[in-house]
This record gives sequence, C-alpha cells and structure tokens, in this order.
Amino acid sequence: MTPLLEVRDLRVSFPESGGGTIHPVDGVSFTLERGRTLALVGESGCGKSLTGLALLRLVPSPGRVEASSAIRLEGKDLMSFDERAMREVRGGRIGMVFQDPMTSLNPVLTAGDQIAEGVRAHRSVSRSDALARAEALLGEVGIADPARRLHEYPHQLSGGMRQRVMISIALAAEPEILIADEPTTALDVTVQAQILELLDRLRLERGMAVLLITHDLGVVAGRADDMCVMYAGQIVERASTRQVFEAPAHPYTRGLFGSVPTIAGPRERLTPISGSVPPPTAWPGGCRFAPRCPERFARCDSMPSLRGAAPGHDARCWLAGDEA
Amino acid sequence: MTAPAGAAPLLEVRDLVKHYRARAMLGRSSPPVRAVDGVSLTLGRGQTLGLVGESGCGKTTVGRTIIRLQEPTSGRALLDGTDIFALGPDALRAFRRRVQMIFQDPYGSLNPRMTVGDAIAEGMDIHHIGTRPQRRGRVATLLEEVGLDASYASRYPHEFSGGQRQRIGIARALAVEPELIICDEPVSSLDVSVQAQVLNLLSDLQRARRLSYLFIAHDLAVVRQVADRIAVMYLGRIVETGAADRVLSSPRHPYTVALRSAVPEASMAPAAGRIVLSGDPPSPAAPPPGCAFHTRCFHPKRDERCRTERPELRPLGGVQVACHHAESTP
Repeated sequence: MTPLLEVRDLRVSFPESGGGTIHPVDGVSFTLERGRTLALVGESGCGKSLTGLALLRLVPSPGRVEASSAIRLEGKDLMSFDERAMREVRGGRIGMVFQDPMTSLNPVLTAGDQIAEGVRAHRSVSRSDALARAEALLGEVGIADPARRLHEYPHQLSGGMRQRVMISIALAAEPEILIADEPTTALDVTVQAQILELLDRLRLERGMAVLLITHDLGVVAGRADDMCVMYAGQIVERASTRQVFEAPAHPYTRGLFGSVPTIAGPRERLTPISGSVPPPTAWPGGCRFAPRCPERFARCDSMPSLRGAAPGHDARCWLAGDEA
Repeated sequence: MTAPAGAAPLLEVRDLVKHYRARAMLGRSSPPVRAVDGVSLTLGRGQTLGLVGESGCGKTTVGRTIIRLQEPTSGRALLDGTDIFALGPDALRAFRRRVQMIFQDPYGSLNPRMTVGDAIAEGMDIHHIGTRPQRRGRVATLLEEVGLDASYASRYPHEFSGGQRQRIGIARALAVEPELIICDEPVSSLDVSVQAQVLNLLSDLQRARRLSYLFIAHDLAVVRQVADRIAVMYLGRIVETGAADRVLSSPRHPYTVALRSAVPEASMAPAAGRIVLSGDPPSPAAPPPGCAFHTRCFHPKRDERCRTERPELRPLGGVQVACHHAESTP
C-alpha cells in the first residue's frame, strides 16, 4: 500500500555569505502512515522545524528545497506541484500548528473569523455556514462556551486557548496530516498535557496522521508511535518509539537520555553530552556527532549511513548493527 | 544534606506580599494584582530551595523582591537575621556582594558592548575587590572554573552560544564571592544537552563553595535534580513545601499531584493515572476566594469550605501543605 507521506533524501540548501552553500536539512528520509504519530526529535538547529516547513514548501527565502528531494503524498510527488496546487495541499491536505500561537494568529480578527477563513479557503460555503463550522470546531478542540469565544480576539484568550484556536484553524479543511511544530513548548505544563491529549484524541477520531516536531523526549514518550532523532541536519536514529526508548542505538540519543532529569526513580548526576551543537558552517566531514561522541574511533572520520541496528531500527553510527 | 538542627537559616522570608496597583480606568480603580500574596520561605546554608510553579504564579517576583530589584508591599526577608528590606544604600551595596542573581536569558543580562572579562570584573570593580591585575587574574580563574577558556575574556557576548553565555552569567555572579545565588529559570532557554551541563556545574560549584541557591523554575524534573527542599507556588501563595523527595514521592496538595503528573517523563513506563487539569490558572488580579485552586481541583472531597475559607500551610506527614483535605488526597 502506498504510504500517506513518503519523504526521500530531503535536502534544503541556503547560500552562505562566503559564497558556499549549507544544507541545514541534509538527506532526510521517513515515512508517515495514516492514523499514526511520527516524532522528529532534536535540539535547536538540528533541522527538524525546517523539515516540516520544507514539506509545505514554506522554507524561508533564500533557502530552497533541492530538486533531487522527493516528497510523495499518496504517491504524488509534491516537488512537481505548481504553486497553485501547493496551496491546495497547504492547509488543505496538510495542516500545520506552530509553537507560538500569538505570532501565527491575526490580532485584529476574531477567533471565529480566522477559523471560518480556513474553512472557506478549501470549501465553498457561505460565511454563516463557515462560522457555524468554526463554532463546532472550537467545541471539538475543547473550548468551553465556543459561541462566546468565537467573537473574541486572540489577546482575550489564554495561551492554551490560542493554541486550541490554532488547532481548529489547522483542522478546518479536514487535513489528512497535521504537522505540529513544538505545539506545547510555550505553554505551562498543566496546559501542555491538555493539548497533547487533544492532539491524540483528534488523531484517533479523525484517523489523521501527526508529524510531531519537538525537542522534548518526554513529549514523545507515550504519544508517538515512531520517532526520528535528528542531529546536524540528518536523521541519526529511526525506529518505533518503544525501540528507541528501550535500546537507544546512537550515542547522541543515549546522550540525550542521560541529559534529561527525571521526576521518578533515584536521583543521579546527569551525564551530559560534552560541547554544543555546531552550526552548519562547522559540521565535520565524517560523522557529524564524532567530535562530541564518547565512543568515536578512527572510522568516524568517514560518514556512516543510516543502517540497521536491529530489525526496524536504524542508526547512523559505525557501531550500530552486526558490523560493530 | 540538611542543616544541623537549631542552626539559623541563611535566608528567611516571612509573609512576603507584592501587589501591583493596576492603573485606574475611567476614575475607577481596579483591584491590585496579587503577584505574591503571603509567602514564607526558609533556606539553610549550603542548601538549595526549589521554588516551582507555572507562569504567573509569582515565583520570579519572590526572587526579585528578595534581592531588592523590586520593593515589597509588606513582609520581611532576613539574611542571617538582618532585615533585607530595611537596608540603607551602603548596607545594600554590601548585601549585593553576598547575594547574586542568575537570569533565564543570559544574553539579555549581559551588556553587548562590554567584553566578557569586563562584565565578569564589573562586580569586583564596584566592590573594590583586589587590584586591577588581580582582577584580571581572577577573571581568568573564574572562566576556567565555569568550564570556559580564559582567553574568552577579551571577546563579546554575541560570540557565544546560549550555554556559554549562561556560564559567563554564572562566572559574573561568582566574582564577588556571594553566599546566596538566586537562580531564576537558569536553564529553561537551553537545549537539553547543555542544560544538563549547566545543572551539573551549579551542583559542583555549590559543593566547592558551599553556596546556597534559591532555584526558581517551572520544570519540576529540573528542580528535583538540584533541590534539597521544594516550595510549590500557585497564584501567589505556597501550597506545599518540604523535603524535595518527600514532596515529589507523595505530594499532598492536589495541585502538586497534578503538576507532578503532568511532567512529560522521558520513559516508556506507563504513566499511572495521569491527571490532566482542566482550564487555565485564574488571573492573579482576581484570585478565586477560599482556596485559589478550587476552580481546577479534582479532590473527591472538595466542598463548600474550599470555596470560602482559605487554607493555611499546616504540617502533615513531614511537609507543610495548604489544603483542607490533604489527609485524603488521592
């Protein structure tokens, strides 16, 4: 069966001031199936957000998606779509929710108008029908008293409610895929839990696929079926979430787990990764994690491919799999 | 880990109140914002007190009031028994040597036109510590102590990453040899791998220098990593406080229970009975009467009393908790 979304060798390039080219997303491949949640996990600058933007052809200028990349939605390559056809996909078949709802919402339009706008962009319905649909959507995302909130402006809403409005807008055209880029990072932890539950419920009820982009391993646990860990523009580990949590195969992933303080169990000293994430202009030629890796050896001077560490479990590390 | 019985605490805060006057509109004055509404804290020497809560709970205001960046509405704060709020200009300068602060955004707190070395030395200049060459040498030592290269002294803040800037902020705070550092969300803008480095650094410095920390953060797991004791704030008041392990292993206040349950744990172990609170925290300009948490509370025994009578902190099972029904918290 054709996967819902298939990304092969996605590369995003930006011209560099010195005349060269950098690739903040450098050969990313993954598959997203209907009704499932795939998480892209990594620290700032790893390319996870840019990957999400590239899928919708929203890479900020002067960056561009390289022509050799393949982005197939139900087998159709989005790379070959013209801008008009892309507009249908964007917000239509693929919806998007960003971290900061305040900057994505229009401050001078009511919540209802913005959701109705989303409804009418993809369906020819009257303004009043669109508003009725908006009210139903607000109810669906768990906003109490949607009839009243419909007529309120973003500044009158709390952070959690704004994010619910953003989700309603993304849902307005009944997308098959929802890209959620750090959807709860700006929210308080008790509100974050509400939004994550909501996304999970919507996925189940609508059979939607979710691409969850986050820096937080805690958000991934128990929410995502599968995950890709990204580092320096590349996927360094790809497997089911359970496999990654039970036996992380890449030293970077293990480093992330060692860095996260826990709320239960014995309190132990953290084992951080040394150094910091290098900018794209300073990525090493071989394995990009090698300079920070406690397990590096001579072979790491050349770049490993994403290879099988276990069945269904790939890692971009020379130590992964049977050749180790 | 705990202070010897009977030893005077380094910092003692009693009934701290900070209300902000809202601007009068159309001749009518609106009610004040009760940012901090009667907070008491105790911090022992060499210890870390984690002050935890969500945005708007007043935790940052507590820190800023203690260090006199803001004036309190009422209440007392004692450093070694001396009333901080009564200090005159000279005494305040001496106080600032003993108490320093580290902020969330290290970039915002460093002057972009000042070299890192000058920024670190500034406190020593103000307090006339050492000769000029001595201060230079001291800057180099401090940079190395926080894990940076001594040669960085001649560079500018924009040349550094977020984690390096936070190390610079820590070196700057250490320069005047303080006893107490108020850390306000010191790692919340850092990537996890760097966050772990800074948390370990703070622990190492504490041990080496017998520092005391008031560690203000929204992240319960981060607070657990560093704190001996924890105080949980909700809408300007402390709802539960006690030994960190105790408060987190068997929380008695329903808000602490919910906060702990909402922490996304990086583990596949099933989250037993996750509690998802409904709604948002109410505005501190109009806190609910009675127990401020009653509008979101899930305690099976919540009743009329919760809506009318404000619960005070009371001892229960080794912690202090402000809930009428803490004995039967699920």
